[in-house]
Amino acid sequence: MLSLTDVHTYYGKSHILHGVSLEVAAGEVVGLLGRNGVGKSTTLKSVMGLAPPTRGRVTFEGRDITGLAPHHLARLGVAWVPEDRRIFKLLSVMENLRTGLDRAGMDDARRARLLDKVYAAFPVLRDRRNQAGGTLSGGEQQMLAIARAMMLEPKIILLDEPTEGLMPRMVSQIRDIVDMLHREGVAILLVEQNVALTLTVSNRIYIMEKGVVRHQAAAADLRADQAVIHQYLGV
Amino acid sequence: MGVPVDQILVQTVNGLVNGMILALVASGLTLIFGIMDVVNFAHGDLVMLGGFVGAVTIAATGNFWVALLVAALVVAVFGAALQISTLRPLLGRDPLTTILATFGVSLVLQKYALWQWGPSARNLPEPITGRFDLFYLQYPWYRVATALLAGAMIGGLWLFLKRGKYGIWIRATTQDRVMASAMGIPVPWVHTGVFAIGAAMAAASGVLFGPLGGVTQTMGADFTLRAFIVVVVGGMGNLGGSILAAIFISLLEAYASLVVSPAQAVIVSFVALILTLLFRPTGLFVPTPK
Amino acid sequence: MSGRPSQRGYWIGFGVVLGLLIVAPLVLPPFWQRFVTEILIWGLLAMSSDILIGYTGMVSFGHSAFFGLGMYGAAAALLSVAPPNLWLALLYGLVGAGLVAVFVAFFSTRLREIYFSITTLVFSQIFYVIIFTWTAVTGGENGLTFRQPGLGLPGLGARAFTPTTLHWFVLAVVTLSYLVLRRITQSPFGMVLQSIRENEPRTRAIGYAVERYKIVAVMLSGLFAGLAGVLYAIQNKFAAPDFVFFLVSGEVVIFNVMGGVGTLVGPIAGAAFFLLLREGLSRYFEYYLIPVGIIFTLMVIFLPQGFLGFLRRRLNQ
Repeated sequence: MLSLTDVHTYYGKSHILHGVSLEVAAGEVVGLLGRNGVGKSTTLKSVMGLAPPTRGRVTFEGRDITGLAPHHLARLGVAWVPEDRRIFKLLSVMENLRTGLDRAGMDDARRARLLDKVYAAFPVLRDRRNQAGGTLSGGEQQMLAIARAMMLEPKIILLDEPTEGLMPRMVSQIRDIVDMLHREGVAILLVEQNVALTLTVSNRIYIMEKGVVRHQAAAADLRADQAVIHQYLGV
Repeated sequence: MGVPVDQILVQTVNGLVNGMILALVASGLTLIFGIMDVVNFAHGDLVMLGGFVGAVTIAATGNFWVALLVAALVVAVFGAALQISTLRPLLGRDPLTTILATFGVSLVLQKYALWQWGPSARNLPEPITGRFDLFYLQYPWYRVATALLAGAMIGGLWLFLKRGKYGIWIRATTQDRVMASAMGIPVPWVHTGVFAIGAAMAAASGVLFGPLGGVTQTMGADFTLRAFIVVVVGGMGNLGGSILAAIFISLLEAYASLVVSPAQAVIVSFVALILTLLFRPTGLFVPTPK
Repeated sequence: MSGRPSQRGYWIGFGVVLGLLIVAPLVLPPFWQRFVTEILIWGLLAMSSDILIGYTGMVSFGHSAFFGLGMYGAAAALLSVAPPNLWLALLYGLVGAGLVAVFVAFFSTRLREIYFSITTLVFSQIFYVIIFTWTAVTGGENGLTFRQPGLGLPGLGARAFTPTTLHWFVLAVVTLSYLVLRRITQSPFGMVLQSIRENEPRTRAIGYAVERYKIVAVMLSGLFAGLAGVLYAIQNKFAAPDFVFFLVSGEVVIFNVMGGVGTLVGPIAGAAFFLLLREGLSRYFEYYLIPVGIIFTLMVIFLPQGFLGFLRRRLNQ
């Protein structure tokens, strides 16, 4: 459904991605592992049009989306949950959700259903729906960021380090959320430092090093033999 | 105190009236800056343009309120076209290039106005005639109406921003344009829309100001300068701050003109600007400095 | 970076232009004679502004203040001392501009880009208002008129200027200023200024006292702008508040952009181009500034380096 072919991306003059190729099938959970700075976040940004590739192609459902502006991608069904969450701090929780909820073709009934579904998954957001986004705790902000992405009813979510800075208890909550999304048929491209979590929730895993994909395997295989992971991540 | 109390009170009213008009101009400017980091040098000239379009419409229709509406709409459309043609290509570039580009636009607008409408001032007729007794003066009702109308427009803007889908779009884009885009908000069009709104408000100010001070092609520079000062003193991007700052500065100038000539009273606002930049550069009316 | 041939080419070009300018007053009719002299003066002003805009990356709308105070300073000297003394005029003018420069320099270190630009604009206006309203001292709206001083050397007595000798004097001053500024911009000091323009935080991180460099840049810029003001006063024998209005600063910025910022020569060419355009077009179309303004705006968007920008490497090597 989503595929990157030989993508090269620069940040200014720095050549970050040196020809990244990977794929995510519909409904799949794909993990992207690697040390800090290898270009995992940049890969997500290259898909989302935030760091447009200078070479290579990104296709989504057969359509070339290379370098398209982010708002087009959101409308096509690609949602991005960034590493630092990027909650609209001065907007209320409800207003944060509305940035995704208020879309063309969403009548009141559909909106209400979507909102209820998300509040059921994240009850704390219902409680805090009129509070400013900036007053939420780190874990709550992460919930909000994911809930906000869900408002787009996406076909794939680009999830960047969701457990970063969260307490261990919340990590298992993230695992439950990813599982829930997977059950609903949403594909996920997951960038993570937490290897254990990634191994648990993913179907397949790519390992990146220095701006390229070095290794690819089914998660099951890697769960059984973690030597490769130790090799690349030194964990 | 050498100045009689009723003079001070009259100046207070004058200050408030001028302050509301200035607030209308400044809120557009600060909105534009807040959302797209553009310092619109031509903003005062949009006021001027609105005034002239209003004058022409009044001459044609005889109705002040129609003129107000037409001026706002025409200049809004013009503003949108301007933003699309000259400012969109500059997004992401050095912010100083937008100063230069809008300066160029300002120059063209001024000379164009001179060409089309000549150098003499146009006085717009007051839509509401009649005066009431304010201490020792016969104070025009129109001035009061102007302040109320400006206040209503600003209030309308406030409501628009706080509720409604587009208000959320604007506020989200102002806070984080990248994330707003990632949420499907068409950021380039939000920018154009905000510019158009700012232009419409500037144009409305021009028409409202028409009966008070006349419309000339040089009035733009004066409004731009004052609006800048207000926006900086109020905190760039801070809507509430600009409104308070506009009133504050206009009151200061009104009081100052009791002791010096109006041409010199304007120095008061310059001093306010410099003091703000020295001691509270994020703005006098910003609750917590960033 | 600069090979021998391009250096030689540069100096040949320089010599040719200089030669033309020296000969100019001898062959041109009086109106054009004065015109060329004025171009030189505005060119000097534009050059001084380029130090800030082109080299240090600080857009100043305050050059009209420096120019104006140079002008009025000279006026003060020429009115207060008889017979009018050229060197005193220069001194007063430079001191006047220098004082303003100190003021502006102080703010330049504490304000970022946009705030700095707005503040310089406000300064121009403050001075404009003061000059305009303090009629007793400055002549207010009507300005001041005075007699032109002669070229006097101590011990030798003064000879009055003719338009030709005045032109040569102005040419000498401007040429000297150009050479001095060129030397400065090509020195390590100039390199640091450009580094500040490219990336201020990094320059600071490397260890340069950015504030001091900015102060010197502003002082330099202000003094040369003031010098231009003095020359203008001497040539035209009057000082008027119009020149302090911030739109004059705006015109200077136009010269810079059209000619090419960061080239020193570019702004002079920009001034020449603009003034010639004004002369030429205003005969046919009174509102020539409309197309000029449009061209300027388009240049800012599409050709930010100006006409001479792309020749920059070669010219100032």
